Amino acid sequence: MNESQNAIALEGTSPRVAAVMISVLAGIAAFCGLLIVLTFEATLPTIKKNQAEYLRQSIFEVLPNAHTVRKFQRSDAPSQGLESTRESGPILVPLVGEESGDELMVYATYDPSGELVGVALEASGQGYQDVIKVLYGYQPSSQQIVGMKVLASKETPGLGDKIELDPTFRRNFLQLDAKLDDTGQVLANEIVTVKAGAKKNGWEIDGITGATISSKAIGRILNASAADRLPVIARNLSRLEAEK
Amino acid sequence: MSPNDLTMDDFLKGLWDENPVFVHLLGMCPVLAVSNTVINALSMGLATLFVLILSSALISMLRRIIPKQVRIAAFILIIATFVTVAEYVIQAISLEIHRGLGAFISLIVVNCMILGQAESFASKNNVVTSVLAATGAGVGFIFAIFCMGAVREVLGSGTFAGIDLFGPHYQPWVIMILPGGGFFVLGALLLVTNRINGWLVARKEVLEQEVAGSSATPGR
Repeated sequence: MNESQNAIALEGTSPRVAAVMISVLAGIAAFCGLLIVLTFEATLPTIKKNQAEYLRQSIFEVLPNAHTVRKFQRSDAPSQGLESTRESGPILVPLVGEESGDELMVYATYDPSGELVGVALEASGQGYQDVIKVLYGYQPSSQQIVGMKVLASKETPGLGDKIELDPTFRRNFLQLDAKLDDTGQVLANEIVTVKAGAKKNGWEIDGITGATISSKAIGRILNASAADRLPVIARNLSRLEAEK
Repeated sequence: MSPNDLTMDDFLKGLWDENPVFVHLLGMCPVLAVSNTVINALSMGLATLFVLILSSALISMLRRIIPKQVRIAAFILIIATFVTVAEYVIQAISLEIHRGLGAFISLIVVNCMILGQAESFASKNNVVTSVLAATGAGVGFIFAIFCMGAVREVLGSGTFAGIDLFGPHYQPWVIMILPGGGFFVLGALLLVTNRINGWLVARKEVLEQEVAGSSATPGR
């Protein structure tokens, strides 16, 4: 049946034929909807498990000495005198039950004897193609970032994706200085990406030739996240350490 | 259609004679975009095969019920459903593969190869024949995207399915895993397949002439 015949057929469509068309489409749509919902329900537990497992593996990658992980998040209860002074900021408490989806999620890790090894934090920011999501490990005892992993990125294969693969670039994050200044409110030195090979100070990241934008984005993401989160970690350090 | 009409031709023609990629030049978007590694190419091929077979089966089953006027809408609805199902299943199987394929899983919906198969074959034939033809076309698609992925990964990264082939001294040909390399490799593969087809046709003609020559009266 060609197009003009189709048009003629439609013009002379009786209400009965129209009803058939509508009911067939509605029937197919209902069946398809049911199929999708069933698949979604059937695969959801596995998908959630996969994602949790992936995050867990990543935590151990950025904090290799870790043995156990505990999740902390912002306290909901605005009690305790500390909260009234605005400078004190959020209080971290162990996560109980379901994740609330709060962005301030801290994964504290401990060695077998229960000492705090470090905390893993998620951070994200705009890359060259799309948002880059990273996980990094911070060691409060040395005030250093000790590991970084890209969780999700759509950077150009072969160029920008070197931020995930390049071993020289990844070595930058094994001892990256992230000290707070004397007030404990801001970073003493901003974390910044410099030209490849130009790294002089502990807080600088050697960039990647051919992946300038992506490697600079990583520096920016880490700096923004560290400046925002590390003061909170520093203030809550005793709470994180107490959880054995 | 009686069962006697069922032949392997419906399956085999999708592999080479009517290969969706090399002959019909359909489904170019995933072939160019997700063929930068062998693993990505194979998982994309398998996902497409899955959608192709199931949507062809369902469309063929419903072919007498769907009114002609709304057939395209119905086909797209069915294809989109199976693509969504495939996306959830891939996420459940492996997050790595899902991240590698990215947005291209959803784009299987607009792969014209699948709609073409539905419109030109599944809506006119019985379920068994449709599934057979869809499997043929899908395997042909996997073959094509696998060739692309193998060439591009070997040249572009020096690896095959992640296994290092040439040792640390190989300087990868980065352009091959970038979009431009996809076009180069596709062009080269089309050249090769067209050449092979040219030879096959020429050989067939020679054979036919010989047959015609031997059946003619001897002593000419």
